Amino acid sequence: MMFVPGNNPGMMADAHIYGPDSIMLDLEDSVTMAEKDAARLLVHNALKSIDYGSTEMVVRINPLNTPYGRKDVEAVIKAGVDVIRMPKTETADEVRELEAEIIKVEEELGCVGRTQIMAAIESALGVVNAYAIATASKRMMGIALGAEDYSANLKTQRTPGGAELLLARETIVVAARAAGIACFDTVYSNLDDMETFRKEVELIKTLGFDGKSIINPRQIQVVNEVFAPSQKDIDKALRIIAAIKEAQAKGSGVIAVNGKMVDRPVVIRAERTVALAIASGILSKEDVL
Amino acid sequence: MRNSKLVTLEEAIRRSGLKDGMTISFHHHFRGGDKVVNLVVAKLAEMGFKNLHLAASSLSDVHAPLIEHIRNGVITKISTSGLRGELANEISHGLMAEPVVFRSHGGRGSAIASGELHIDVAFLGASSADELGNASGCPRSENAKSICGSLGYALPDAQYADHVVVITDDLVAYPNVPKSISACDVESVVVVDSVGDSSKISSGAIRDSKNPRDILLAQQAAKVIINSGYFKDGFSIQTGTGGASLAAVKYIRESMIEKGIKASFALGGITAHMVKLHQEGLIGRLVDVQSFDKVAAESLASDQMHQEVSAVEYASAEHLGSAVHALDIVILSALEVDEEFNVNVLVGSDGIIRGAIGGHPDTAEDSALSIIVCPLLRGRIPCVVPKVTTLITPGSSVDVVVTEYGIAVNPRRPEIADRLKEAGLKVVDIKALADKARSIIGEPDALPFGDRVVGIVMDRHGKVLDRIRNIVD
Repeated sequence: MMFVPGNNPGMMADAHIYGPDSIMLDLEDSVTMAEKDAARLLVHNALKSIDYGSTEMVVRINPLNTPYGRKDVEAVIKAGVDVIRMPKTETADEVRELEAEIIKVEEELGCVGRTQIMAAIESALGVVNAYAIATASKRMMGIALGAEDYSANLKTQRTPGGAELLLARETIVVAARAAGIACFDTVYSNLDDMETFRKEVELIKTLGFDGKSIINPRQIQVVNEVFAPSQKDIDKALRIIAAIKEAQAKGSGVIAVNGKMVDRPVVIRAERTVALAIASGILSKEDVL
Repeated sequence: MRNSKLVTLEEAIRRSGLKDGMTISFHHHFRGGDKVVNLVVAKLAEMGFKNLHLAASSLSDVHAPLIEHIRNGVITKISTSGLRGELANEISHGLMAEPVVFRSHGGRGSAIASGELHIDVAFLGASSADELGNASGCPRSENAKSICGSLGYALPDAQYADHVVVITDDLVAYPNVPKSISACDVESVVVVDSVGDSSKISSGAIRDSKNPRDILLAQQAAKVIINSGYFKDGFSIQTGTGGASLAAVKYIRESMIEKGIKASFALGGITAHMVKLHQEGLIGRLVDVQSFDKVAAESLASDQMHQEVSAVEYASAEHLGSAVHALDIVILSALEVDEEFNVNVLVGSDGIIRGAIGGHPDTAEDSALSIIVCPLLRGRIPCVVPKVTTLITPGSSVDVVVTEYGIAVNPRRPEIADRLKEAGLKVVDIKALADKARSIIGEPDALPFGDRVVGIVMDRHGKVLDRIRNIVD
C-alpha cells in the first residue's frame, strides 16, 4: 500500500504505474490545514478521472472530530473510493460512527455497502481495543499500524530493530486473524537505508502481516521480493492444488501429495502461496487455471 | 623569432585572414562552462567584424551573450547541433533573418569533411596545449583547471578548417602528448586566463538517479535489451546521459555478471558508469567522442583501451569506417515520439527550441537496435503524440519506445516484439500510448507558429528534413 500525498497531482497521476497493490491518497498528515479543501477536491477528481486499473484505491481521511472529516467522507465516496482509511482509531464506536457517516452518503447515492473501512491503530488504547475495532463493522477490511504516533504515545521512539512495536504488531496480526480481515504494517521512512527496510519487511512477514505500507515506489520491489514465495514453495503449492482438483473430480475425500496427507491448513497455505506468487508477478492467473 | 605561433587572441585573429562573411567554428566540449565562444566573439565584435557565420558543434544556455552580437550584425548565421536557454528562445521568436542550420554530430562531421560546411577559422579551446599547438582535453600539469577529456567534436574542425587557433588556459612544455589536435593543423596558440568553468564542464562522481520514474523506465529499458536478441557476448552499446539511460546501465550490468556476458565496446558520450563497467572487465573498449564527467576524462587520459574518436569516426553516414556502423544497441531519449515512431529532441512542445540533435539520428539509424526511453507525460506535457513538432530522427530508424505505460515496438521489427512478449513484457501499440496520453491531459491547443523559418533541420545525409517556424506569443 503506497502512501501518496493528496495535494500532489503529479504523484497522484501516475502512482499506479509502479505496480503497488493499493494506493492510499492522503488527506490527513501530509496535507497542511490551509490545503485541506484543495486536496479534497484534487483527490476527488483524481479518483474520478484517472484510470488506476485494478489497483485498490484507499483514501486516508481526516478524523471525524475535525472540521474536515465528514466532508472528506462525502467527497471520496462520491468519487467511488474502494476503502476509507480512518486515522488514529481507538475504539469500536469510532468505527461505527464512520460507518454511519458512510451509510448516509451511500444512501444518498444509492450504492449502500460499496465502501469498505480500514482502521489505522496509532495509540496504546487502539492496540488494547484492536479486536473490538477489527470486528466493529462488516465493512472492516483491514487494520493497520501507524507506528510514528504509536511510539510517541508509548513515550518511546522507533528503533531499527522495532522492539518497541513488537506487542502492537503481534496484537494487530492476532486481532485481524481472529476477525478474518487483513493487516498492514506501518511505513519505514528512511529511503536511503534499503537494508534496514528489507529486514523490517522480513520481520513483519514472519509475524504474519499481509503487507507493508510504503512511502516511495522504490520500496515496492523490496516488499515484492520479500513477500514473493520461493519457486520450490510455488511448485509445491501448485502440486497440492492440482491434487485437490483431481481428488474433487474423483469424489475422493482424502488427498496425499508425495506420500503425505494434505489437510486443511496445508491447502489454505498453498492457496495463499499461489495468490502471493500472482501478486508478485511470478505466476500469471493463466498458470493456475 | 623561434616560436611565432604563441600570440594574443587579437593577433591570432588578424593573422588568420578572417574577413566579414566568413565562417568561424567552435566545439562544445566545455558544455555549460564554455568561455571560448563568448570570449572570441566579443573580441571579433570589438575588432569590427560583421556578417560572420558561427558554426559550433553545439551551443547552450551560457551563450546568451551572442544575442547582442546577432542584433549588432556581428553574427548573421549559425550552424549547430543544438540551442538552449535565452539564445534559443530569442531565435525561436525570430531573432535572426537567416535560419539556423541544425545538424547531428555525425552530419556535421560529414559536412565539414565534404566541404559542404567550409570552415575558414576554427577557434578550438583546449585543456592543455604546447607552444606549437599540440592540444588535448586532458590535464597535463598541476595548473590544469578546465578538463573535458575527449575533443572528438573539435577534430574535424582542426583537420579541415583553413586556419586553426588553439586557445588554452594551461600552456605546457612541448611535447603535449598524447595529443588530440596535432600541431601540424594549428596556426596559432592563444593563452587565456580560463577557457571554461570546471564546475559546469562535468560532474565529479557517479550519481544514481533516485527518481522512481527514471528507475522504472531504466528497468524496462534493461529488460528490452536483455530480451531483444542482441544481448550476447561481444555486443556493443551506447547510452545517453539522462537519468533513465544511466540507471539502465546499472541493471544491464547486473544481468551481464549473472549471465557471463561481456560487451566489446561502449560508444559515444562516455560516463563514469561506463568506465566502471570497463574497469570491471565487462566492457572491452571505450570509444569516446565526448567525456561526460571527470571519471571519464581521467580514464581517457590514463587507459589505452579508452580511446578518443572524432565526430567523423564516431557517426558519419558517409564514412563506412565510422563506429556507429559497428554499434549493436543504443538507448536514446526524446522530447516527443509520434505514432510513426518519429522522434523530436530539439523543439519543445511550446514550439521553442530547447535541445540538441546530438548523435540521435546517427546512432538510431546505424545501430542494430535503437531504443527510445521517454515518459508518457512530463508534468502535463505529453511525450507520445500523434505527430512530432519537429522531425529529427525518422521513425524508420527507431525500433522500440519504452514508456512507463508500456513498450511500443516498430511494426518493422515484429521479431523484436515477439521476443519481448515472450519475455512477459507489456508490448502495446504506439497509438494506444498516444491515446492514453491524450486521455490523461486532454487535447493540447495548436502551437502559434508564424510563417518565418527560423531553423532548418538537415538529416545526416545532407538533405533538408524539416523546417522550424517562428513562434508567436
